[in-house]
Amino acid sequence: MNAPFEGIGASVRRKEDLRFISGRGNYTDDINRPNQTYAVFRRSDRPHAKIISIDTSAAKAAPGVVAVYTAEDLAAIGGLPCGWQIHSKDGSPMAEPKHPVLAEGKVRHVGDPIAVVIAETKQQARDAAELINIDLQDLPSTATVTDALKPGAAQIHDNAPGNVCYDWHIGDKDAVDAAFAKAAKVVKLDLENNRLVPNAMEPRVALGDYDRHTGDYTLFTTSQNPHVIRLLMGAFVLQLPEHKLRVVAPDVGGGFGSKIYHYAEEATVTWAAGRLGRPVKWTADRTESFMSDAHGRDHVSTAEMALDAQGNFLALRVNTLANMGAYLSTFAPAVPTYLYATLLAGTYKTPVIYAEVKAVFTNTVPVDAYRGAGRPEATFLLERLVDTICHDTGADPIAIRLQNFIPKDAFPYQTPVALQYDSGDYFTTMEVALKNADYAGFPARKAAAAAKGKLRGIGISTYLEACGIAPSAVVGSLGARAGLYEVANIRVHPTGSVSVFTGTHSHGQGHETTLAQLVTSQLGVPFSQVEIVHGDTNRIPFGMGTYGSRSLAVGGTAMVKAMDKIIAKGKKIAAHLLEASVDDIEFADGTFKVAGTDRAKTLGEIALTAYVPHNYPITEIEPGLDETAFYDPANFTFPGGCHVCEVEIDPETGVTSIVNFTAVDDVGRVVNPMIVEGQVQGGVAQGIGQALLEHAVYDSNGQLLSGSFMDYTMPRADNLSNISVATENTMCTHNPLGVKGCGEVGAIGSPPAVINAVVNALKQYGVRHMNMPASPEKIWGIINAGRKAAE
Amino acid sequence: MPQVTLTVNGKAATVEVEGRTLLVELLREKLGLTGTHVGCDTSQCGACVVHVDGNSVKACTMLAVQADGSSITTIEGLAKADGTLHPMQEMFREHHALQCGFCTPGMVMAAVDLVAKNPQGLTEEQIRHGLEGNLCRCTGYHNIVKAISAAQPLMHAKAAE
Repeated sequence: MNAPFEGIGASVRRKEDLRFISGRGNYTDDINRPNQTYAVFRRSDRPHAKIISIDTSAAKAAPGVVAVYTAEDLAAIGGLPCGWQIHSKDGSPMAEPKHPVLAEGKVRHVGDPIAVVIAETKQQARDAAELINIDLQDLPSTATVTDALKPGAAQIHDNAPGNVCYDWHIGDKDAVDAAFAKAAKVVKLDLENNRLVPNAMEPRVALGDYDRHTGDYTLFTTSQNPHVIRLLMGAFVLQLPEHKLRVVAPDVGGGFGSKIYHYAEEATVTWAAGRLGRPVKWTADRTESFMSDAHGRDHVSTAEMALDAQGNFLALRVNTLANMGAYLSTFAPAVPTYLYATLLAGTYKTPVIYAEVKAVFTNTVPVDAYRGAGRPEATFLLERLVDTICHDTGADPIAIRLQNFIPKDAFPYQTPVALQYDSGDYFTTMEVALKNADYAGFPARKAAAAAKGKLRGIGISTYLEACGIAPSAVVGSLGARAGLYEVANIRVHPTGSVSVFTGTHSHGQGHETTLAQLVTSQLGVPFSQVEIVHGDTNRIPFGMGTYGSRSLAVGGTAMVKAMDKIIAKGKKIAAHLLEASVDDIEFADGTFKVAGTDRAKTLGEIALTAYVPHNYPITEIEPGLDETAFYDPANFTFPGGCHVCEVEIDPETGVTSIVNFTAVDDVGRVVNPMIVEGQVQGGVAQGIGQALLEHAVYDSNGQLLSGSFMDYTMPRADNLSNISVATENTMCTHNPLGVKGCGEVGAIGSPPAVINAVVNALKQYGVRHMNMPASPEKIWGIINAGRKAAE
Repeated sequence: MPQVTLTVNGKAATVEVEGRTLLVELLREKLGLTGTHVGCDTSQCGACVVHVDGNSVKACTMLAVQADGSSITTIEGLAKADGTLHPMQEMFREHHALQCGFCTPGMVMAAVDLVAKNPQGLTEEQIRHGLEGNLCRCTGYHNIVKAISAAQPLMHAKAAE
């Protein structure tokens, strides 16, 4: 037994890497079908306009053009559905305007698709798209939530008066008002959470195919959840039953949420493939990605904390305006409600909380879940508010957090905003983070930086997030129109190798490795003998996909349940072969053994017997060793932790450099430490991007100003430095693996740590708060104004 | 249509292209070398980096006709014919320098050129600076920088053989 340990806890190198480093990945744009055509969309260049006329005659006559379609041609198909329904305070359902596949009568944001050209080559389709003559009559438009709510603002949808989608609330308003009335101190902060573009490196692609002999449709698409796309597109848009529609999401080059949703291009190419009897492929340009992939964040909030004279948090009041964009994307209504306001307790024992959230339509790209989804917004608000309390009252940022943390022995802990945390220890993650960051040594480093003319600052944030999404009954009661369980099929082959068919999807997370490690640990099958299959509705029974850090907590647990069934059946076969009672059979390290004896059969022997059942308990059990489990989680999982950021600002340029970043997270049991570390580093990089660099900027009319990598600042290697990652874990109590999830923690914990550090560095200039991104322009302006004032 | 003759990964190829065809389109669509990716339309992301006559080039920024007569190496041609990986590929895997894999071919090709052109060795800061033309959204670059650092001695030792 000298084989290297490759089960749970080992930093096994990734199975998927060999194809990726050799250029043998199979991404959607790498797939081509015989007789394929190419689709190019003609999109709106106006934020809001009435469509007077569309003349496609010149485009239709252009070389190579096979077809040109507009909304008129798609009259028989449905609009893009929304997966959540939120109810307003008064009990009324949210405004849910139709999201047509191609614009009907009006365009509502720059990038709204109006027509599609399908041609023999992509170049011909592109050329012909230019020839479509569209007469648009501009309408007044609005890009921000505050403008959209003003009296007389442009009305974007007829059935959403005042541009309000819903006006929702959570918590005990009367109790919060009462606590504020007797507070010794109230600290109030207005803040914004900047709008982001997810920008997975692989642009979206959709390739529709149709078999005219069988009537079967296939969609190859860049999706995080192919079964969900099959359900949404099949049932709601194209009216195709599941057995006639296959959705394949092969290698997918990053998602971060933006590839969860069902998009217009997927429905268009699938429908057109059937209409034309030829494959139709669409590949987004990056410019199209900027104006058609769902954006993230975009909140405007006011937060108020009531405190007693000792600095105890008495009550929290939050008011948030959330930008939905021009239409409701698949998960959009859930993000600023059940993924945001329910997180406002954070790591603190604040006894009462009340939050109001108004979701607002604007003439911008739809906004939906982006890495963290709601939880980064909640964490930024809370952790900025806590540091602002320190600013206003002189409290110490460490002491006030320690004083208000949920005690270690208070779990399970019921928050005042619906969630019940099962486990956590915020004291330890903070203690270790401060040690790893050498927090105590900061004053000396600050002095050294000052001697070089630099401004140094340090900031901390603590966070709590809910992931492992989600218990179906709970989300159903909150407005979800789907269940959020997961599915695994475990197939032990006759010679003992194993194929796992999982409903989760890997687009960078490394499931082919991590999930195989679960099989190695539980069934004792060598890592090299395990295959993970994902991303094809024809091969996998069902599944809800990957987002919300759910793959291991929900999908991994479904695997554990299916493997439990394999072991239970294997015990019956072993009992028969070993002439023992089933109750006496033990299973460990891939071997079934009669307890207390050396009589044993390996899993491989049992598998062979199951498929060659000559000597077999055939009247009791079926042949074969192939089991499926559906697992619906009992609760969300609750990762938490502490991030410490140290920055240095050059006062001459206003440029902020990250000099140290330390993350200590509680992600539950770690299956592959190398992959967890990589996930956290990547999440932190996106959080630093949000805090210092990234911003999707619209002008006041709704023109997207940051619509390319030339204008939208993506984090590059020289914007970042080393990111120190460690974990201090408490186990999840309600799944057998004890796992919580690690995909989003980096992007949730880091933005307030960075801004707290920047504000700390600028203390001498009287800065109380800064919205993201903390750009050199903003910082230099503050420093320069301070200098002038001093002169 | 113009004809382009070039050597790709050691094999000669002659292809007819439109004048506006980009080198990356020739590689992906005419030669089926889909390892080279397209991540943007403004020459910013570097997913399409290949070597043209030994220099790293963004293949989305060069017309196919400009590559006439050139010798091109793509990610598919980096490993030896027997499948032995290039040290940079090895180190990317060893140090978990990739997640979704989409930026990886361009990142690896850019890194190989960066290290090869700097036999004196590069500091972490110089590596970060050298990667300015390549975007990765998954890793935060931390492990990419580690992989390139680790590949340096291996590549230089090999070059000295």
